[in-house]
Amino acid sequence: MALLTETPVPPPPARDPMLPRIARVREVRADVPEVFTLEVELEEADRAGLAPFTPGQFNMLTVFGVGEVAISFSGDPAEQRRLVHTIRAVGPVSAALTRLRPGDALGLRGPFGAGWPMAEAAGRDVVVLAGGLGLAPLRPALYRLLAERERYGRIVLLYGTRSPEQILFAGELEDWRRRFDIDVAETVDHADPDWRGHVGVVTTMVPRARFDPANCVAFVCGPEVMMRFSVNALRDAGVAESAIYLSMERNMKCAIGFCGHCQFGTVFVCKDGPVFRYDRIGHLLALKEF
Amino acid sequence: MEGLEGIVGEHRFFAGLDKAFVNLVTGCAKNVRFEAGQYIIHEGDPADELYLIRHGRVALQITSPGRGAMTFQTLGEGEIVGVSWLIPPYRWSHDAKALEQVRAISIDAKCLRDKCEADHDLGYEMMMRFVPVLVGRLHATRMQILDVYGASH
Repeated sequence: MALLTETPVPPPPARDPMLPRIARVREVRADVPEVFTLEVELEEADRAGLAPFTPGQFNMLTVFGVGEVAISFSGDPAEQRRLVHTIRAVGPVSAALTRLRPGDALGLRGPFGAGWPMAEAAGRDVVVLAGGLGLAPLRPALYRLLAERERYGRIVLLYGTRSPEQILFAGELEDWRRRFDIDVAETVDHADPDWRGHVGVVTTMVPRARFDPANCVAFVCGPEVMMRFSVNALRDAGVAESAIYLSMERNMKCAIGFCGHCQFGTVFVCKDGPVFRYDRIGHLLALKEF
Repeated sequence: MEGLEGIVGEHRFFAGLDKAFVNLVTGCAKNVRFEAGQYIIHEGDPADELYLIRHGRVALQITSPGRGAMTFQTLGEGEIVGVSWLIPPYRWSHDAKALEQVRAISIDAKCLRDKCEADHDLGYEMMMRFVPVLVGRLHATRMQILDVYGASH
């Protein structure tokens, strides 16, 4: 009997992580002044091998002829075909992204990075502390928390921003506030006399919030100054440093830990983060050189 | 009086305060209520009383010509309205307005200052509780001035 030997089929070559896929804009929504939400979908032929994104990860988005920029996912991880990113127009690339219109093409690499520790949050209270545009990278985590509500203890969302006009995702915040299974508190730094809500920095909301500091995790995202003070408020409330996670932002270029642009001490924000446990990077936050 | 002592002693701001001190503070205290829209303190007035909020929300405001009353902080249950009672010239530097019905404990500031003067241990306790409020509000003001949510951050 002849022994047939099969020639092993070589695996398909791994996709070059520096090669963008082609995506099309489905929708552009103006959220608050200078902030837009861009919903894109990959072309069908370019979907092969795409890994699902998890809350806290980011994509590198390219406007051809202008440049590439790192933008966090802000959409629902249950809807992997709709890739949603919320962008503030601050530089040439982000401004060009906000000028795209439905049907326009853009480049997309990702998803990249380590996201929010959803598994670690199971069975514990979850404090979501967001500042300004920092609510956008936290929204996928909130979708996941609410979709798997029974897995978690109390869920508390504390959101601070500059003024009532700058409240991001105001409609969703209102919807969440009406639910009985999440505590939502928002505050603004400045308000005119018509505003009936809270005024004051977001850190002042921590002592007022109801959660178990001995059995919780805290997800914090916002400007770095706000995150530093938020960590102080959480520690003052009794939350362990090992239970606090921050989403860091640095100058991410290659997104795979090669170029070193986003090096932060001994870690790369793009590859080892952007979400870090505070006790692993806290000592670096106080260093002005970083 | 027994009831008021319990309320003062259980207020978050006085948590853990020695019972003898609670008695001294309660001797200067009374229950008060403010309706929505009512002013609790006025800028420029003598800081004769301070308030421990038991229920409801209070807006701290400064009025600016042409802009009206600008709220710079809101306070709620367990918090304090008024720290100027502790520091000369004992005069309010802002308004405080009830945003909804507010129930509070009002403490006669001169009465408490006199007791702190007579009993420095009580004075030290009051300092240890009010100075963190002052420092916290100073930090919060710094963050508001920094405008950390601006595009440059």
